Amino acid sequence: MIEGILIGLTTALTLQNILMVMVGCFFGTIIGMLPGLGPMTAIALMIPITYGFDPATGLILMAGVYYGAVFGGSTSSILLNAPGVPGTVATSFDGYPMAQQGKAGKALAIAAWSSFAGGTLSAIYLLFMAPSLSKVSLSFRSPDYFALMILGLTAIAAFSSKGQFLKAMMMVVLGLMLASVGQDSLSDITRFTFNNMNLTDGISFVLVVMATFAMSEALTIILKRNDPTSAAKQVSLTALGSIKINKEERLKMYKTIPRSSIIGFLIGVLPGAGATIASFLAYGMERNVVNDEEKEKFGKGSVNGLSAPETANNAACSGSFVPMLTLGIPGSGTTAVMLGALLGFGVQPGPRLYMTNPEIFWSIIMSMYIGMVILLILNLPLIPYIARILAVPKNYLIPLILFFSITGIYVMSFNNFDIYLMIGIAVVATFMRLYDFPMPPLILAFVLGGLMEENLRRSLLLSNGSWEFLWGRPLTLIILLLTLSIVCWQLFKSLKK
Amino acid sequence: MNINTTKVISLLFFIFSAFYLYTAYQIQVFAFDENAPFNARTFPIYLGYAGLFFSGLKLILPDPNTIKVNHKTLEYKKTLILIVIAIIYGATILKVGYFLTTSLFLFSSYYFLGERRWVLMFLLSFPFVAAFMYLLHGVLDIYLRDPFLQSIGVMG
Repeated sequence: MIEGILIGLTTALTLQNILMVMVGCFFGTIIGMLPGLGPMTAIALMIPITYGFDPATGLILMAGVYYGAVFGGSTSSILLNAPGVPGTVATSFDGYPMAQQGKAGKALAIAAWSSFAGGTLSAIYLLFMAPSLSKVSLSFRSPDYFALMILGLTAIAAFSSKGQFLKAMMMVVLGLMLASVGQDSLSDITRFTFNNMNLTDGISFVLVVMATFAMSEALTIILKRNDPTSAAKQVSLTALGSIKINKEERLKMYKTIPRSSIIGFLIGVLPGAGATIASFLAYGMERNVVNDEEKEKFGKGSVNGLSAPETANNAACSGSFVPMLTLGIPGSGTTAVMLGALLGFGVQPGPRLYMTNPEIFWSIIMSMYIGMVILLILNLPLIPYIARILAVPKNYLIPLILFFSITGIYVMSFNNFDIYLMIGIAVVATFMRLYDFPMPPLILAFVLGGLMEENLRRSLLLSNGSWEFLWGRPLTLIILLLTLSIVCWQLFKSLKK
Repeated sequence: MNINTTKVISLLFFIFSAFYLYTAYQIQVFAFDENAPFNARTFPIYLGYAGLFFSGLKLILPDPNTIKVNHKTLEYKKTLILIVIAIIYGATILKVGYFLTTSLFLFSSYYFLGERRWVLMFLLSFPFVAAFMYLLHGVLDIYLRDPFLQSIGVMG
């Protein structure tokens, strides 16, 4: 492991990579502050830029954007009660009341230090857990992988659907259907191309991400007459006050941060869960463990109530890298985008990643520490200035998002058809967003589609076409029973309503 | 009559899944692969049935959390204009070139979204695209096709 850490540090501490972490954190913070534009959009917009880099640098940039966006989302939560990303909703419960009491600077400082501590502790857990899990996952067979992918897709549908499980499952199926377009990987037989040569290689992952997130979010903002930049304008005008945290508040944070970071990390590791659930769970748990006097302060500006979700949501970000780096299966929509980008670089994430590409594996982990320091420096003193940059009218913001999306596809394929296809998918996605059809399950399914088919193929061939492989190994059976329980629970909830 | 749009989308998805399933059965596989435990059409067939299952359930089950969208409050005109501009941009980018089409796309998008600060609109289109092109093409070495700039000798 020491050797790996050194490899990671050598890669992450190059001038170029430090610069990329800074750019990523800065850009992520900006996007995270804009309600309606999440980390997936931020990462999708970064993909064209990463074409010019090696995989490690590209992924470091995207990871920086990811935790920067979660970090930035807390600012609009605290100052305006308008969470930039879902993972920071719980932050507003105590952050906003604190800001209303004239302690906005203090609330931001508590959030920044908690995020820093949560992210750093979580990166340490990742450092120890990822290599061990990689070794364990080497014993996984095709049926286990197939079952694990079904679990991941079901879990993300259950968690991201806000009570609309069937809609989310429809999006999962749609994502898998889109992934099946093009040549079959083994036989080279073309499927669903309708004799269109442009579809022979399948639909590009970047195209689907750009269409369903960046472009569709931009169109939704215009369609719904939202103005995400109004939040930034208000932030830039808010008087922050002192950012000092006193000894009593620090003592409270010392107790909250370790337990919330563990919850956040473990929830982040689970497929589909992520920062939102982690922050709510940490908030709920914190409320249960504090004394009655402190409990009374929850919802009115409690230090524990602010520190817990902020620690957990950043810890969850690092945790979500565990399944991606060790199993090659992303646990969230955001890491699915990163996985797709890695595949685009020709790198196959999975248990062998830390052996075949140690510089990628370790440099991502090491860059997290650097990223956390940069975020701390960025978020505390620079927030009003960042907000001022953001206070551009949406009339400029939206065309720029569309421009980045189309450029991303243009530099990738130099093909008009891909641009038309992207616009078409974006229009459909915008319409479906209006009716609460979630997009993250579609992306995860699209990324996993090829791998899922491959593992099903191997499993069926090994068992001579029999479905016995589903219960042939205890591990496969346990994973599938877990999946089944999620499906039954969600269907029961639907029927009960 | 009140039409539940979510149900309409589910119905469309059901029809789409049926079409997908039909097409999956039409996939031509090699003769020796026809009776293999797994061939090119196996996974799509399962997907087709899964699509029918989930959309069918959505159609049958009651929908207490129906999303109601007030279409009168939606900004269809500007959204449609943006989509049309994006299509024109996509149609011309290869023939005319990246710099000119992208700059015009940005400039016209700002205009149709209601912006009238001409200097800012100009700065955030032509010089901005030139700087971005320099970043991609000059610094990051990402190839950008531009017949227009090549014809006037700016780009090699």
